[in-house]
This record gives sequence, C-alpha cells and structure tokens, in this order.
Amino acid sequence: MNIIASSTSRPTARALTAEEKHEIDHEMTLYPDKRAVGLEALKIVQKHQGWVSDESLMGVAEYLGMSAHELDGVATFFNLIFRRPVGRNVILFCDSVSCWIMGCDRIKEHISNRLGIDYGQTTADGEYTLLPVPCLGDCDRAPVMLMDGEQHRNLTAEKIDQLFAQRALNKEASESK
Amino acid sequence: MAKITVDGIVYEVNPQNNLLQECLSHGLDLPYFCWHPCMGSVGACRQCAVKQYRNADDKIGTVVMSCMTPASDGAIISIADAQAVKMRSSVIESLMISHPHDCPVCEEGGECHLQDMTQMSGHNYRRYDFKKVTHRNQNLGPFINHEMNRCIACYRCVRYYDDYAGGKDLAALGAHHHVYFGRQEEGTLESEFSGNLVEVCPTGVFTDKTFSEHYTRKWDLQTAPSICTGCGAGCNTTPGERYGTLRRIVNRYHHDLNGYFLCDRGRFGYGFNSSDNRITEASLVSSHADEKGVRKPLTQQEAQRQFDALTAGDVVGIGSPRASLESNLALRARVGVKNFYAGFSAEQQRCMQAVIAINREQGLHCPDIRTLEQADCVLVVNEDITNTSPRFALALRQAVRNRAAQLATDARIPLWQDAAVRELAQNELSPLFILSPQGTRLDDVATETFLSTIAQQVALLSAIANTIDASVGTAATDEDSAEQARRIAAALISATKPTIVSGTSAGSEALIHATANVARALRKYSVQSAAINLCFAMPEVNTMGLALLMEEGGGTLDEALQRLARGNADAAIVLENDLSLRTTPAAIDAAIAGTDSGSAVWVVIDQLHNSFNARAQLLLPVTSFAEQNSTFVNYEGRAQSSHQVFPADAALRPGYEWLTPHDPLSPLLTTSETILFHSAQTLAAFAGAEKLLPPRTGMQALMKSPRQLHRYSGRTAMHAHSNVHESKQPTDRQSPMAFSMEGLSLQKDSSLLSAAWAPGWNSNQAISKFQDEINGELKQGCKGVHLLQRTLPPQSAMAVNSAKAGKKGTFVVYFIDHIFGSDELSAKSPAITARSVGPYLCIGKSEATALGLHQHGLARVSNGDHVVELPVLIRQRIAAGAVGIYCGAEINRHLFAGSVSVAPVNEDDNVLARSRQMFSDLIINDSLINNSESGRG
Ligand code: SF4
Ligand code: SF4
Ligand code: FES
Ligand code: FES
Repeated sequence: MNIIASSTSRPTARALTAEEKHEIDHEMTLYPDKRAVGLEALKIVQKHQGWVSDESLMGVAEYLGMSAHELDGVATFFNLIFRRPVGRNVILFCDSVSCWIMGCDRIKEHISNRLGIDYGQTTADGEYTLLPVPCLGDCDRAPVMLMDGEQHRNLTAEKIDQLFAQRALNKEASESK
Repeated sequence: MAKITVDGIVYEVNPQNNLLQECLSHGLDLPYFCWHPCMGSVGACRQCAVKQYRNADDKIGTVVMSCMTPASDGAIISIADAQAVKMRSSVIESLMISHPHDCPVCEEGGECHLQDMTQMSGHNYRRYDFKKVTHRNQNLGPFINHEMNRCIACYRCVRYYDDYAGGKDLAALGAHHHVYFGRQEEGTLESEFSGNLVEVCPTGVFTDKTFSEHYTRKWDLQTAPSICTGCGAGCNTTPGERYGTLRRIVNRYHHDLNGYFLCDRGRFGYGFNSSDNRITEASLVSSHADEKGVRKPLTQQEAQRQFDALTAGDVVGIGSPRASLESNLALRARVGVKNFYAGFSAEQQRCMQAVIAINREQGLHCPDIRTLEQADCVLVVNEDITNTSPRFALALRQAVRNRAAQLATDARIPLWQDAAVRELAQNELSPLFILSPQGTRLDDVATETFLSTIAQQVALLSAIANTIDASVGTAATDEDSAEQARRIAAALISATKPTIVSGTSAGSEALIHATANVARALRKYSVQSAAINLCFAMPEVNTMGLALLMEEGGGTLDEALQRLARGNADAAIVLENDLSLRTTPAAIDAAIAGTDSGSAVWVVIDQLHNSFNARAQLLLPVTSFAEQNSTFVNYEGRAQSSHQVFPADAALRPGYEWLTPHDPLSPLLTTSETILFHSAQTLAAFAGAEKLLPPRTGMQALMKSPRQLHRYSGRTAMHAHSNVHESKQPTDRQSPMAFSMEGLSLQKDSSLLSAAWAPGWNSNQAISKFQDEINGELKQGCKGVHLLQRTLPPQSAMAVNSAKAGKKGTFVVYFIDHIFGSDELSAKSPAITARSVGPYLCIGKSEATALGLHQHGLARVSNGDHVVELPVLIRQRIAAGAVGIYCGAEINRHLFAGSVSVAPVNEDDNVLARSRQMFSDLIINDSLINNSESGRG
C-alpha cells in the first residue's frame, strides 16, 4: 500500500536489512498469507535492532503489504515486542504469586537500588532495562528472573550482586580485546 | 418461521438470526454494545446475557450471550431472570470501571448508548474507588474528536472502520486494560466514511468535531427528515438546528439506500449553510447615472417588486441540478417552457437522456444501494465512485464479501457470526473489476483494475459484450484485451447477481452506451434470470430530477447562452447555479455582452456568493436545503421529500417562492406541496409524485409532527435578551411539521421521523424501535416514489462511436474528482475545506520523465488557447498517454476538456514545498496491488 499521506516531519519506513529480509522471507514460506508473518517479522527485527522503532514498524508493514496501523496492533498486543528502546540486557523479573511469597519485592528493591532504575526504565548507560513479568514457570525455585534468555533462580541479594559483577567483568574483558 | 419463548411469551422468529436481534426486532429491551445490526455479533462485551433453558422442565438454565446464540425453534429464554439481570449489571459495572464521570461535559451525553444501556442494566451506583486508566488522545483531523478515556472496549470502532469500511488506519492497540483505539501515529483518519464512527461508537470516544464548534444537546436540536445534497445517491439525513444555525447532520435510516451509514461529505459538508459566503440579502446593481454599478441592498418587498418588474418580458430561465424540483418547476412555470433551459451542458443533457432511456428499459434493473451490497460480481466503469457517489463505494465493499457469505452458508455458519465468517473467508472476495484512468480507492478490494482511457474502456466494454454475445460489440484487436474481456465476461456470466456501476462524470455518451451494451448482452445470455443490475451515479442531488423535467421540453444551457449572446431576451433568471462550473468563460462573457448591449438584466437566485453571481444585476438570496421543503430525485429516479428543518432568516426565501407570482388571496399556491402536486397532475415525467405528499386523513389531518423533542429546553428563554415575553413559535403553514414540541408524538406516528428517539433509547440506535424488524423497513416511513418505470422494450445493443484519438504529442485529459472539494456547496464548509486540495495534474512516471517533470514540481498545461500551471503528482497507476486534472474551484474544466500538451516549468523551492505540503494532505490509492495479488506469501 502506498497511501500518500506522509508529511516530512513524520517518520518514514526504514529499509529492512538483507539479513532481516532473508529471515522474514523464510517465515513467509511457512504461511499461506503474508500478513500472518507479522509477529515473526517483528521478532526478527527486534532480534537485530534490539527494539521496533516506528521506522522499523513501517518497514516491516511495507514489506508485508499491510498497514502500519494494523501491524502496530500486533506489535503492541505483545508486551515483549519493544516499541521503545531497551537496554542491551532486558531483565524480566517475575513478580507473580510464588515469587512474591518468596520475597521478590526485596530482590527487586535491591536491583532497583543497584541499577538506579524502576520497572519500565533503562539505565543511563543503556545496559539494563527492568521489566516485570507474570510467572516464569519456575515457581519451585522462586524468586526467579530472566536475563538475556537465561533463567536465574532462587534469587538472593548476593546472587544479584555476583551476577552484575560477573557481567561487568565480562564486558571489560570483551572491550579490552 | 420458528417460535421462541421469552419470559413466558411466545414469539415468531427467523431461525437464521440470533436471539438478541430477534428480541430487539420484537421491541424487547435487551442491552448490547458490540453487536451492530449490520456488523453482526462477536460476543465481545458480554452485555447481552440472558438465561436459556434446555426445555420446559429446566428450571435452572444457563446464562448465554443472546447475540451469540441462534434463535432456534423452541428456544426458551428469559431476559428478566434474576441471574441474567445480575450478570448484566455486573458486566456494565466492570465495563464502566475506568469510564470517567464525564457525562455533563461529554458530547455523547443525552444521546449515548452507554448511558442508555447503563440505565437499562441497572448500574446506578459506582463502587470502584481506585485510579482509572487514562489515555492520551490523538488529533484525528478536522472531522472527529478522540477522547479515549471514555472507551469501554467493545471493539465496534475497528470492526466498523477496518472490517466494514475497509479503513487501514485505525487499530486496536495494546491489550487488556490499556487497549487503545486509535492510529499508529496521530493524524487525519483516511477513510471517506470515518464519520460513521460517531454513531457506531456507543460512547463519547469518537464525536463530531464540527458539531463541537457549536455544540447542542440532541434534545435541544430542532430536526426534520432531510436528504443529503452532497451527490445524487439520495441518502437520508437528519440535520439539526439551534439558534438559527445548522449544527450537524446525522444518519437517518433508509432501508433501500444509506441504511445506517453516510459518507463524510454528507455528514460534515453542511457548514456552507452558515458560511461567510452566504448571500444574506437581496441586492441590485444600480443603473442610476450618479451611482452606476454600485450594488445596493434591497428589502424583501423591494426585491420582489424589482424582480417582477425586471423580468416582465421575454425571459430566459436557467434551471439547476442542485436546486429542488419545486424551484425548477416554478422557474419553468414563470418563464414558460420555450424559455426554460437546463442548467447543465448539452453534453451532460445527452448523457442524461441516454441514462434515463436505459433506466426505462425492460430487463435491466437500477439497483438501490442495498441491492448493490448484494451483488456477487461487480464491474465499475470509469466512475470514481468513492469520490463522486461515495455511499456506493461503501456498498461495494460489502458486495465483495458475498463470497465470504457464500462460503459461510456452505459451511453452515450463520452470517451473523461475524468473526467466524471472516476467519473462514480470509482473503476471498467476490469479483470486482474496475475500469479507470487511474488507481482508485477501491483497488484494494478489486480483483483487477484496468487502467484505461475512455476510448480504451469503450473498446474493452465492446469486447466484453462481444465475448458474452458474439452478435454485439466488436472483438478485441489484441490478445491482451481479448484475454481481459474474457476474464471479466466469465465472471459476469457466472454470477447470479452481476452488477454494473458507472456514471456520467466522463460526459461520454459512447461510454454509457458501451456500458449498457454489456448489460444487454448479459440479459440476452441469461434470459431466465432476474434483470441485470445497471446503474449510473449522479453528480448532484437533483441531476435526475432536472433531466426528467427537461423531457417535458426546454433547451440546453448552450442554447440559452447563445440566445442571450444574440440579445434575444429581456432578462435571464439563473436559479441556484454557478454557470462558470458548467461552461467556458467565453460562453458566459458572450452571453453577458449580449444582454448588456440590449440592456437586459441577469437575475441570479443563489445561496453562496461566487464570481459568476457577482456579475448579476439582481441577486436574490435563497434558502438552503435545511431551510426549505424540497423534492429531490436520486440516481434511480426515486423522488424523496426533504423537509425544512428551521425557519430561515427573513430575507431568505425558497427559490419557488421568489419565482411564483404572489397571489395575496391564496398564498398557499406557492408552497412546495402545491407545486409538486400540480406537476404530478400535468407532467408525465412526474406522474405519481403526489404520493410523496403527507396523507390528509386521520390524526395527521388534525395534528402536525413536531420538529422538537419533548425535552426541548430554553424555549421561553431563547429570546429573553431581546424580549422577556415568550414569543410565539413560528408557524409552518407549508408542511405537515411544526416548529414546536407539540403535536403527534413519534410513538404515535413516525411517518415524519424528526429524530430517532424512544423511551430508554436516546441515541440514534433508537431506530430499531421504528423498524418493522432489525434491518427492516421503517414501519411508517416513506421510501420515496419511483418516477422511472420500465416502459421501454429491451433494446438491442447500440452502435458505439469510438472516441477520437488525441493529436500527436498531446495527452488525453481525464478529470479527477475528490469527495472533499468536488461538490460545489459542501466544498465551502470549513471542515471540508480543511480536507480539500488545490488543482493539480496527474501524470505517469515514464511520461513525466520524458518531459522532465519532477514529483510535486510545476507543469504548464496547454490546449493551444489556454494555459495553466499546475503542481504535478506523478502516479504509478495511471493509463498510458493520459493525464488527470483536478480542477478544484480554481480551474474551469471546460477549457481543458479533450487533450492537452504538457511542459515543465522551472520551479523554486517555495513552490516545491507548497505543493509537497498540499499533496501530503491528499489521500489516494496509488498502490500496485489489487486484492488478488495482496496477502499472498
Ligand atoms: S472507542 Fe468506542 S467503539 Fe471503539 S472500543 Fe471504545 S467504546 Fe467501543
Ligand atoms: S453518498 Fe452522496 S448522498 Fe450519500 S451521504 Fe455521501 S454525498 Fe450524501
Ligand atoms: S511466580 Fe515467579 S516463576 Fe512462577
Ligand atoms: S452484544 Fe452480545 S456480547 Fe456484546
């Protein structure tokens, strides 16, 4: 669709990268309808860009021949499609019932104090974003959080400190390389 | 027929429907939000809960959603059951959790379905004491306000806007308690049918922005049944007035025509009524030596005296396709038939004659809008209906879904199961073929759009007819077009309700005949089946009415102007017509020069000032559609009454009053009713029109219908600033309606439905109380009178002259129409003006490159004698060798008809920036995608 309705100030579609297109093309072979690929395409873009900007959203919409409005309906339906920039590490912190019983509030306080961010915020250096999620399915090892695709269980303040210290070390090491 | 039992009472029902619809059809009060009479059910809001029992012995029952349960034979339900009542009151309480305490400042208040349903469901105390979810609103353009906090998440808006009207820029964003109905980014809603959101949304989220400018509660509006003057479709409307100004227009249900929906031109195009451009007093250009040429105001009496004196002799009268039938009749009666001339060009008159003949031909059928919706294969010929007769386009968006209906029927899914039917059908649509010089706004649901000039269309139509019936038309000369013709012919032949839609915009008789030939071929091919649907959209509200009147004698506009140029008349009367839109400036100048030399005068009767009527010696102000009683004849030849909504300013009079010689002994002779009655008796073309007149029997003979709801307030205070005594209500001697709250109540007689209202139903959704069943006929309404009968025997296909090709180095011109801007009067409404663009030129990419034109740059367009510089819009979707011109109010289209040459102009950055800005407001579809190609991986 090429509806001429964009004034200069509005964001315009970003051309998708060859890699993104390649992966989206693969998804397209799996569905009878291009629009069905919407969610997968958004995940692909997020994987490469970290989040889905307006420009990326429009790029995907154009590529799939659907309206950006419709696609944004999909994007915003899912909490884990990020429509605002997030840190390099997204902490998905469980605040559901088992974790709550096991004192996750204190752990969350600890993380917040240490990183200086609350739920929904990103550290100034762009390293961490903290988000609440409901139940990570690991209740017997509550409190639990998910960071970078890795589940961290039986959380304590010390464990959190270790985790962040380790990450800082890793980061230095990779930067000095 | 099946029977169901509701609270112990047995009702006859149609088992194809759901329980909710049947309960409402039987006049029962059952609250609902997400169900809509023509959008079916999705079971989203849970408000329509009832108790259903398995059999007579079942005393416990289960709570079900009535909108999701078929009204199957023997069903036993209860609306009054305590559990069901409790459920409904809990549902409304939770839907209302985040709803603000807004009613006093909410523009929905007083006609709010949410208020009505909340009361009906018995939720009258708000217990939720916590923080509510709040949202940021968006600026959705000049038509619609957005106040998301009022949303109850019924999803009706997106189901209407996207699913029903084919919009692409409104979405349900987010989820659960923070779901948001809006655009991905702030901006003008693009759909030409966005205004219906105002009525579809049961709350105050989407409200009419033009109404906000001068807001009045529904119960304080004076209203009357009216007809939209935006085009010739004849949609029914309810305009509302307060303190002497027209405040808004809402839909008025008509079973055959507009149903529940209007287009945005019709809804928001009323502002010209109170525009600064309005002619508010009579004026005469003085002929005294000392003040020659000075325009002086006249009182009404002086004006009438001058009018009678100046037009005593042999007078040319020029009628108008946008004036009421009565005014045209009165003009004709005043000047005599030999002096009466149509207000449209000879070319349009020829086209209209052709269309009328086709509309009389047996074996063809002119579909009303509802019938258009039922078509299972549609061919649109040239007419850009989204921009010329917009309501048709919304109907065709339903027609393409008949494939889905077919699939659902085969799968035994009831059609009201909206989500299931859509899920089943996916991208499957019934065939829709479009022949057009440029991409259209319907292309997204079209099977194919053939970009073609008029000459190419005539050839293709001829080939289609030839494919269906080898004895007519001519076969295509090249294999491509032969293949196209075969595809279209095959689809038309295999359809059960093939339908062809065109219009007269191209001004081409050949195209009209070629179009009809396809219908004739189809008729011949399928002799036994029902008549073939064929209709032509009409550009103006009374184009058909005037064309019918011209059957009874009279000349063309060109003849009138030539006669005036020869100085062969004592005066000319021009009725509600800006002649500069109908002919070339030269023709008008010559006519004026001719009258000047013979010192004949021009009298123009009109609503708005314009450059043409500024040249008239005597200018008479006329009432608008809302200030007078009128009859308008739509594209089908259906005459409909449009009732006066409010008394106009004293200086204004209806055209027929100015024109009819005043007889002090019988003032009643000048009413619209007597004029119509007289014409029905004397003119064959209008035989039967008297059936429009209200009955003079029974209660109606004694009482009038009120234009004001019984809650109308402030009547005693309205004029208190000038006089503390309550003034008498103005009397209406001309119509069966009164400017008053008193009279026949709607519940007794709704033949003149001033506004849909019923106890407990304050919103426009009260209309269900006036229908014989949901989506049925209005119980007492008048659907209009068909003036065209199928009296002519089937014609064989007419020979069609192929249009002549343009000279080498020139382009064939087609004219572009825009829903906002192309209609003369609505274009002068502020909200419509805000959506309009200036004149421009459309050209294809390769042509532009060859000429050295840039996107949004300037081009010099010339036909040899006349030259104009226009901003350029390079389109992907445009017929080769053609250029489109949008004239707006600035360019005279008669100067550039035919073919033109185009050359680049050196533009500076300012020009570029200006036209870029302009084109950014333009909403067109220049996509390469038709439905058949979209959505496929
Ligand atoms: S905006 Fe109106 S129509 Fe849309 S979901 Fe909310 S209440 Fe329903
Ligand atoms: S389609 Fe024509 S008659 Fe109907 S609302 Fe629109 S402008 Fe008015
Ligand atoms: S509640 Fe936290 S993992 Fe289940
Ligand atoms: S109307 Fe039945 S669930 Fe909404």
